[in-house]
Amino acid sequence: MTRLAARVRRVALVAVPLGFFGLFFAYPVGSILARGLAPGGHVDLGPVGRVLTDASLRGIAWFTVWQAALSTLLTVLIALPGAYVVSRFRFPGRGLVRAAIVIPFVLPTVVVGSAFLALGFRPSLGAIVVAHVFFNYAVVVRIVGGFWSHLDPQQDDAARVLGASRLRAFRTVVLPALRPALLGAAAIVFLFTFTSFGVILILGGPTRSTLETEIYRQTAELLNLRTAAALSVVQVTAVAAVLVVVGRAEGRHRVALRLRSARDTARRARTGLERLFVGTNLVVMAALLGAPLVVLLARSFATTGGPGFGFYDALGHLHANSVLFVPPVDAIRNSLVFAGEATVIAVGIGGLAAVAVARGRRGRFLDGALALPLGVSAVTVGFGFLIALDKAPLDLRTSSLLIPIAQGTVAVPFVVRTIVPVLRSIDPRLREAAMTLGASPARVWREVDGPIVARAGLVAAGFAFAISLGEFGATVFLARPNTQTLPVVIFRLLGQPGELNFGAAMAASTILMALTGAAVLLIDRVRVARVF
Amino acid sequence: MLAVDDLTVRFGDTVAVDRVTLHVGDGEVVGVLGPSGSGKSTLLRAIAGLETPAGGRVSRDGTDLQGLAPHQRELGLMFQDHQLFPHRDVLGNTIFGLRMRQVPRRDAEARARAVLELVGLAGFEHRSVDELSGGEQQRVALARALAPEPRLLMLDEPLGSLDRRLRERLLDELRDLFTRLHLSVLFVTHDHDEAFALAERVAVMHAGRLEQTGAPREVWSHPATAFVARFVGWNLTTALGDEMVAVRPDALHLAPEGPLVGRVVGQSFRRDHQRLRVALDHNGDVLDVTVPHDALLPDVGEVVRLTADPGGVRTLPPERPDAG
Amino acid sequence: MKRLAVLAVTLTMLAAAATPARAASAPPVTIRLVTHDSFAVSKSVLAAFTRQTGIKVEVLASGDAGAALNQVILTKNSPIGDAFYGLDNTFLSRALGAGIFQPYQSTQLASVPATYQLDAQHRVTPIDHGDVCINYDKTWFSSHQVPVPTSLDDLTKPAYKGHLVVENPATSSPGLAFVMATIARYGERGWRAYWAKLRANGVQVVDGWDQAYNGSFTAGGGNGDIPLVVSYASSPPAAVVNANPQPAQSPIGTMLSSCFRQIEFVGVLKTTTHVAAARKLVDFMLSQRFQADMPLQMYVFPVRDGTPLPAVFTKFAQTTSNPLSIPAAQIGHNRDRWINEWTATVLR
Repeated sequence: MTRLAARVRRVALVAVPLGFFGLFFAYPVGSILARGLAPGGHVDLGPVGRVLTDASLRGIAWFTVWQAALSTLLTVLIALPGAYVVSRFRFPGRGLVRAAIVIPFVLPTVVVGSAFLALGFRPSLGAIVVAHVFFNYAVVVRIVGGFWSHLDPQQDDAARVLGASRLRAFRTVVLPALRPALLGAAAIVFLFTFTSFGVILILGGPTRSTLETEIYRQTAELLNLRTAAALSVVQVTAVAAVLVVVGRAEGRHRVALRLRSARDTARRARTGLERLFVGTNLVVMAALLGAPLVVLLARSFATTGGPGFGFYDALGHLHANSVLFVPPVDAIRNSLVFAGEATVIAVGIGGLAAVAVARGRRGRFLDGALALPLGVSAVTVGFGFLIALDKAPLDLRTSSLLIPIAQGTVAVPFVVRTIVPVLRSIDPRLREAAMTLGASPARVWREVDGPIVARAGLVAAGFAFAISLGEFGATVFLARPNTQTLPVVIFRLLGQPGELNFGAAMAASTILMALTGAAVLLIDRVRVARVF
Repeated sequence: MLAVDDLTVRFGDTVAVDRVTLHVGDGEVVGVLGPSGSGKSTLLRAIAGLETPAGGRVSRDGTDLQGLAPHQRELGLMFQDHQLFPHRDVLGNTIFGLRMRQVPRRDAEARARAVLELVGLAGFEHRSVDELSGGEQQRVALARALAPEPRLLMLDEPLGSLDRRLRERLLDELRDLFTRLHLSVLFVTHDHDEAFALAERVAVMHAGRLEQTGAPREVWSHPATAFVARFVGWNLTTALGDEMVAVRPDALHLAPEGPLVGRVVGQSFRRDHQRLRVALDHNGDVLDVTVPHDALLPDVGEVVRLTADPGGVRTLPPERPDAG
Repeated sequence: MKRLAVLAVTLTMLAAAATPARAASAPPVTIRLVTHDSFAVSKSVLAAFTRQTGIKVEVLASGDAGAALNQVILTKNSPIGDAFYGLDNTFLSRALGAGIFQPYQSTQLASVPATYQLDAQHRVTPIDHGDVCINYDKTWFSSHQVPVPTSLDDLTKPAYKGHLVVENPATSSPGLAFVMATIARYGERGWRAYWAKLRANGVQVVDGWDQAYNGSFTAGGGNGDIPLVVSYASSPPAAVVNANPQPAQSPIGTMLSSCFRQIEFVGVLKTTTHVAAARKLVDFMLSQRFQADMPLQMYVFPVRDGTPLPAVFTKFAQTTSNPLSIPAAQIGHNRDRWINEWTATVLR
């Protein structure tokens, strides 16, 4: 009987995430692609061929790939030392820094774009790349840092004692151990920059377009579903290829590591060199991540006649008599509620998926499948919802339930990639030890995997929450019966002339920043209680 | 109380445990001795239910354990590398098995503390396991396995990672503990000193099979096969006749008129004796020779002559080719 | 006996419940108005509609005009709403071609000038118009002592080199409107040459109105450095209303010769089940009450004759009775080609 139960459990582990993915991603996307590529009922891949042979579209595809690759490389290079500093050194304000790093991730690109322009950036490849590093710094720090904080420092101490220089010890001991987390984070950054939209529009200028901006144009503006579908196919194929390559590289490296509790591995900077290292990285973070945020903050107080709370006040009153006005408190509440729901969905689905992925070979397919939503244009998904989910009981097109579902879907890959490396490093003998002490398989999960993974789970939850708070691309396409979130409020304010509108948008952005910082800080602070 | 009958465990084409039969009586301490790769760890794991046997039977007090999952077998297993739970402190680790058995909190805690005191770790309850030394971790692992009062305690290389002095001390303590608690114990080790010191009965394992089982003294003085002889430290040579014989190192003596001629190729100093390694001229066999402490050791390269006590020479059955 | 009585009573009650009740008053209906993100109307105005007719209106806003329309077209067989507002003359032929509306000739149309009624079949009903024009920063021009440009030709002059920001017509509705203004002004044969000259004169192109106005425009929120921007004739009064304190003069002026007329329409969706209610909404949107509410909510001009404009509009909004325009059918026919040619001329 237990064998059957175990089997059912194993199937459910894979079936539930797959079912979710199938219903809320594969089916809608498939529908819209079918509209484009199989309008009469039979598949016509002609448009794809035309896309591949059109020189300018090929150029767009190529630009998309290499700006993403460049952005990913730079983000990893710049953020890796930051991840080290935040996860292994203890310094005053560490918790705040960890939470604050996530804020850029949350902000709508429209807002950040203008902050960058205010800082003197002109639309260029450089501006795009810097903005990408700005947004995705947190991804590397949280995913890699989260894993790094569990690694036993004795391992690279041992290497150093054996004569390896710091760098060598890093390369030969730490880097291989970090590989799964590093690859996971890099994959996500690549996907994000590959499908980057607002940044390309604002900081790339009209001469630069990527697959994503083209798909948007073809789908939303021109309703040219055939070309859009062809471009989507190219986009999804490229993304899938990247995921397969990364998945192979990750899967080859399964090392059972000695995991330490995150609390124990951090220490104060001891030598002058270490202090310089920590200090430099903090300065980089302040400059790169802080400067644009400070611009926003400053603007939110820059009322005519001296700094004041005028714009915040305006936020509450400006369009108060308008039907689509949502008081800021309600917008905040909506944002928080949706974020909470999305986090539950993401951690639930992602948690199950992480277990399935960490377990077996077939898990890698699941991992890649679940990461696909990151690589598919939000517009495609949004429009896909419109034509796929149109029959009861699934007519969710105007339901506000679709918003946390869409947001949760985007957050799932993060959850998986944050939890899987930790799960994989649990020595199976640890579980066996628990078993010989009388723990049933379910109990083993609770007692061994659970607490070890809990920390990673919280990192993932914090991330999912932040993603949802700032999510805009998918939700802008979902008709919203007055359940506006903060990013939507900001977007609407920016669409109207007048300094009060603009100022109120800055004020709302600042509120969004503060909200994110506070939420992530709180989630980080939840301690996994040291139980007996 | 534990009966392993004809147990076979296969990994693909390899036979890791080959029709092993072994019994452990109530309160008996049995040691399985063998080199790495002999299958002894696999044997323990199979008894614990962590490996699925291809054939044979494991029963405890007559009850067949086959259908039972590891967590239902009520056998304690102490792992070679301890496998302490990193997220729990010493008490948390120790009390784990009691919690799994639904022992009420207060009683469980009391028992755990008692066991910790038994292994000499009183006062360590709230220490983090990462801070402990190897020996301390060993004891926590032992306490954790003991606390739920298992019917049979199994130990995989119980003294493996310890330094010599600690090992000696722990050896004494373990022996004492086993006696005091009337524990039935089955342990595996590659160290024959450890096996002989701890066990009431020793089983020598080689390539999945048990080659000899018996009291330590018996196995030491009457090795049944060439492998056992070599493993417990006898010399194997054909220089004393035409057939392969086993010669105990302390049965060889330096004798100016001895029949065996050879050249010294190595010296070593042990705590209470010295050793020579001598390469025989006759056929090149290298023999270990025990030399008393106060005797003068010839230098490396010197030519020496040896004689063998007939009491320390045994003929052996032909060696079985290695399985697999 | 008792059992039978209970059964009889139950059956009677069930029968009574199953009989369709003859409504003494209209049962409450909720209709959905699908629109874009710039839609706004006063709560009190919409509440008045509900009070008058008993019909509740749920507003579903998503995306900009083009995206919203395309969503409606995409879902035309199982629509998400009953009526769609936000269609403008540049998209008109696409919407009519997709056959998403059903005709309705509102009684209120008598008060609407014929120039706005672009569809003879009344599949769509005009509600407001807004002119896309070039706005200039008065303060900048006076402090730099540069004369304000008055015609499209002026913009190619060296005095204004690098001083104009426009939006990409591929991604921006006002951007497209401005391009069409130039097409209307210079014709098929001349407009590309005009743009080549603009390009040579350092025109800045950005992707959206927000970027142009808030990012690049000197009088926008973001302290840009370009004093001429493609925006709306309603931006000058908006700049006054949405400032604290409200200035006596609007800091922004409008170049009237550049204005292109945009008319916005509402239409009843073909597949709606609430036809009567949707029609009532259309009537209401043409009523004085709604039309007078629009300027301060959406910064557009009413189409209804004689609608009183708010003071700030009459004071600060400059409008022309002769805006540039192109017939809707012609737009529909050539739009994609114009965008591609513009891109080739200006961006490549």
